[in-house]
Amino acid sequence: MMKTEQEKENILIMSGNYAAAWGAKCSNVNVISAYPITPQTTVVEKLSDFVDNKELDAKYIRVESEHSVMAALVGSSMTGARSFSATSGQGLLYMAEMLHWVSSSRLPIVTTIASRGIAPPWNIWADYTDILSIRDCGWIIQFASTHQEIFDSILMAYKIAENPEVSLPYFVVYSGFSQSHTSKPVSIPEQQRINKFLPILPEDGWGHLNLNPDKPVTFGNLVMPEQEYLDFRFMIHDSMVKSKKNIHDTINLFNQSFGRDYGGLVEKYMCDDAEVILISYGGLAEQSKDAVDKLRDQGNKVGLFKLRYIRPFPNEELIELFNSGIKVIGVVDQGTAFGNPTGGPISTEVMSLLNHTKNRIDVLPCIWGIGGRNVSVDDQIGLFEKLLYIKNNNEYPTDETCQHGTVWMGLKTGI
Amino acid sequence: MKTSDKQPAAQQPYKSWKELPHVPVSYPQLGSIGATGEWRTFKPEINAEACNKCGMCYLYCPDGVISYKEGTLPEIDYMFCKGCGICASICPKKAIEMVKEKE
Repeated sequence: MMKTEQEKENILIMSGNYAAAWGAKCSNVNVISAYPITPQTTVVEKLSDFVDNKELDAKYIRVESEHSVMAALVGSSMTGARSFSATSGQGLLYMAEMLHWVSSSRLPIVTTIASRGIAPPWNIWADYTDILSIRDCGWIIQFASTHQEIFDSILMAYKIAENPEVSLPYFVVYSGFSQSHTSKPVSIPEQQRINKFLPILPEDGWGHLNLNPDKPVTFGNLVMPEQEYLDFRFMIHDSMVKSKKNIHDTINLFNQSFGRDYGGLVEKYMCDDAEVILISYGGLAEQSKDAVDKLRDQGNKVGLFKLRYIRPFPNEELIELFNSGIKVIGVVDQGTAFGNPTGGPISTEVMSLLNHTKNRIDVLPCIWGIGGRNVSVDDQIGLFEKLLYIKNNNEYPTDETCQHGTVWMGLKTGI
Repeated sequence: MKTSDKQPAAQQPYKSWKELPHVPVSYPQLGSIGATGEWRTFKPEINAEACNKCGMCYLYCPDGVISYKEGTLPEIDYMFCKGCGICASICPKKAIEMVKEKE
């Protein structure tokens, strides 16, 4: 698309973390609260620079823990301030209680997660177990699998979260180090154009909850079993499911405004005539495109179905996929859910929708990249070959990395 | 604002979740368990001459029963002051004395 002089974008080489900091800066956030944790730290360091250099007019609140970070943002967001933070791994888990306070207060806080492994043993490398452990706390969860997508997603996140019909907090998630600390070009549109895209902050705070000393209210008081506690819980789920429409609208508007199309809740790559599909998310899912290309060159009908969102869950898109004539799917988690049906949280959720199709589909769950373990394109091709084996031989592979029905890619088996 | 200022009364029970706001919020009104000032054993009394009108007591009062405007003497709403003594403890001029209530 030809861009006019006014539409020209400033292309900077930056790390994934700096892309997140730039995303927050360009979203004109009012309040940042932060506590450092690897691999997220350079996000909030960069934001601290922006504030210190007066490039960003925001209040920067340093606190003593991640729990306090989110508590501070609960307070700031309740006054109608656009609020931002970033965290990783243990820090996210330490925030867990306040994450529920945010979603149950329906506050549109945006937080970026540079995902890492959970201790012990200590591990700071790419692994989504941190975000997947808190996937049910009422936050929208979106994976960004390129640096540009990290930046763009934060702008869209505020647009979606602050919509009064949605009023839910929003996580933008990317992987530690492989995304957070690698550098790539990121296009930054002119601020005036971003300002036109961003939602307008209401002068009197959010319609449902606004802390104002002149109009005192009590929030978070006790609600008895026969009062509306159950109903308020349902409404969080209801708004989350209905936010899908708003997400689609926002992605379309973003495409119209900046010429980058993120498609929807999922990204389909070579899925149209595919018989074998890999379903995954995050940075490694982006890499799967190379594996698909190589296998397509050899005449294999394979495709990639990348989940951009897991909350809300893309039910409709998955059911459409199941009814499209595919024979075999592999579902890959870069995270663990010990003791659940597959050992991986998202593969279990994807499989829970299989009763919506009458087609017979074989499913091979897989877990890869745990604790930053390298997954090469060849490793991904190896997984596709297992799926092709299932399609061609009508039986599941039996090698020793396949444990309890799930492939643990790279499991040391002594061979 | 004094706690005795009227605010919208509690809503009638909701029939459907569709009528509910995003979150439950309650407005200050006369306490549903009555005049909690009756619980008081010690009564805070402000010494107007010693008071420097800094407003610390207003900021620290956990029940929000002290009203204050900058440069004026704070006022305590004894209908709801439970007599916890935090105002007396925080007062930098020691201008608040906790006086034992009589029978």
